[in-house]
Amino acid sequence: MNQEEIFQQKVDTEVRIEPKDWMPDKYRQTLIRQISQHAHSEIVGMLPEGNWISRAPTLQRKAILIAKVQDEAGHGLYLYSAAETLGISRDEMIAQLHSGKAKYSSIFNYPTTTWADMGAIGWLVDGAAIMNQVPLCRTSYGPYARGMVRICKEESFHQRQGFEILLVLSKGTDEQKAMCQDAINRWWWPSMMMFGPKDDESPNTQQSMKWKVKRFTNDELRQRFVDICAEQIKILGMNIPDSDLKWNAEKKHYDFGQINWEEFWNVVSGNGPCNKERLDARVKAHEEGAWVREAANAFAEKQKQRAHKNSVAA
Amino acid sequence: MNNLLRKFYYGDILGEAPASSGAQQSDRQTWPLWEVFVRSKQGLDHKHVGSLHAADAKMAIENARDVYTRRNEGVSIWVVESTQIHASNPDEAASLYDPANDKVYRHPTFYDLPDELSHI
Amino acid sequence: MATEISIGNLTQPINESTDQLILYTLHLADNALILGQRNAEWTGHGPVLEQDIAISNIALDLIGQARMLYQYAATLINQATNQLINHSTNPAHTEDTLAFFRTGAEYKNCLLVELPRGDWGVTVLRQFFFSTYQYFLYHELKNSADETLAAIAEKSFKEVTYHMRWSAEWVIRLGDGTEESHDRMQKALDQLWAYTGELLTPGDFETEPDGKIVVDLRSIKVAWTNKIQEVLSTATLQIPENKWQQSGGKQGRHTEHLGYILSEMQYLQRTYPNAQW
Repeated sequence: MNQEEIFQQKVDTEVRIEPKDWMPDKYRQTLIRQISQHAHSEIVGMLPEGNWISRAPTLQRKAILIAKVQDEAGHGLYLYSAAETLGISRDEMIAQLHSGKAKYSSIFNYPTTTWADMGAIGWLVDGAAIMNQVPLCRTSYGPYARGMVRICKEESFHQRQGFEILLVLSKGTDEQKAMCQDAINRWWWPSMMMFGPKDDESPNTQQSMKWKVKRFTNDELRQRFVDICAEQIKILGMNIPDSDLKWNAEKKHYDFGQINWEEFWNVVSGNGPCNKERLDARVKAHEEGAWVREAANAFAEKQKQRAHKNSVAA
Repeated sequence: MNNLLRKFYYGDILGEAPASSGAQQSDRQTWPLWEVFVRSKQGLDHKHVGSLHAADAKMAIENARDVYTRRNEGVSIWVVESTQIHASNPDEAASLYDPANDKVYRHPTFYDLPDELSHI
Repeated sequence: MATEISIGNLTQPINESTDQLILYTLHLADNALILGQRNAEWTGHGPVLEQDIAISNIALDLIGQARMLYQYAATLINQATNQLINHSTNPAHTEDTLAFFRTGAEYKNCLLVELPRGDWGVTVLRQFFFSTYQYFLYHELKNSADETLAAIAEKSFKEVTYHMRWSAEWVIRLGDGTEESHDRMQKALDQLWAYTGELLTPGDFETEPDGKIVVDLRSIKVAWTNKIQEVLSTATLQIPENKWQQSGGKQGRHTEHLGYILSEMQYLQRTYPNAQW
């Protein structure tokens, strides 16, 4: 067997690939792209929710929201670390994000205009993310799979707190109910788009499935998401903004309406309502942090020299 | 950003890695990478939990506390600069580990003992 | 003699020692909440991912402390007012009514905590001044005759011990880092120094004849000053010569910044009163 065959055999028999193992170049590149994109999504994803920390309606909600956004920073960090084992530095990845070369999940290019958006993001966006992420706990690349296990454990609290925000609103005043429905209306379709293009338009899917970098197709995951949400919304007494949403007894799945792919591709390519704000915020934080990172390095270097001098003197 | 900035793999020996250590220091803003090991409970071994960037060891330990023990996962933390970790080469895995596989007598189940025997 | 305490739209007489205890508790809570609110502005915008997480942790700890203190203040107020007025016409106070329905003049935090977060240097230096104050404060408050305050101090002391260490290390690192970081830190020190005096100058609610419940700030001033001088000197920073110190926060006279913090923080509660969240 050649190296490629040995590699594929490991993948087929669910043996995890570890950093120093031989792997096809294309596998490495696919993983770097996928993991860094995922990491960027966590980091950019901090912004729309961070937007409401200062205005959270109760102290408890404020604390929960900070903890949640902070978790996302942690998730970004785990993922950057996993990608770093593939031979790319975090600096390189961040540079790719800031230059627009690397993508992140388009959902974060939508604005958070009311408090109910914190609920809708938790329920729908995190819900869709979990749907994607749970299978990745068994992905073929060891560091990625281990990172995902950690992330999934923490992620379940995110979705629950989101649903609970909506639940409280749905039982609240008329204004709160309207706020709740409005947020669901705005976040439903972008969440559906989070699973990516339809399978027949998603050229990488097959190879990724073979490498077990992906374990279910976009359409499979999307269907699962619809089936779950269509039931959960009943508890909220709200509506999913899709007139074609209907239980199909034959298929034992919900049928749903057409996704506006034109909107999707526009947001991906930079025309979303907040693309520029999100990227600008990241670049600004990074640039304003430059002197801090540099000073910490300079200080560490001085300390090393001092320690060295002391040990020589002694 | 320049292409020379590259993380060391576990086990890459300083100077032998694709990117020299000098390349990493050349960017004055880049903090070195540290591997984090957490003892989750008294009596257990430290276990590798992940990595992070920090300017020095003190900062690395504090970061590790904030990043990897946000949910009280640890009682003790070790950090090691990633460049200081030397790992075996997977291609030599056969020569390193296979011999031990023969030594079944190292495993307790090798010994067929009467069922009546207990506390052993 | 009964004094008047104004909390939200309630103005009612409460006996003096309870009044003092409530104001003292609110003062401690306000300090923690406003600095927590300020620090949380960094969440998502930190200089590096690891430090984003660190400052968010500190924000979380501070808001957690504020919540415990507000809950206690609410209990005290509810107990005191129940004796005097018909409960059914006056909704009970909670941590949230105290945080979201008091005006700027009713907030009793020190001015230091409401100043803008500035750059990372201002943030870590302010944190260092404040955490060092909290460290010595809670160390004493652990022995307070008031059991609830003592218990809150006990729990919080562990947190602020870490905050003090973390921020001191940052002050040293940046003070003794590069030329630029040194200059920024010196500038931050020049800006913040005039707001440190208030931390250790007793307000009306901090002067207690027998000194059993509230911490006598004079008793921790020396320790605070020594620690600050030690760290600033290691950081190669100079304490400004101008001795003038700003004050007013403990009396409810604030900088212009607090109004903006509150209007943002209280916006939902005030726009939709009577709603549950």
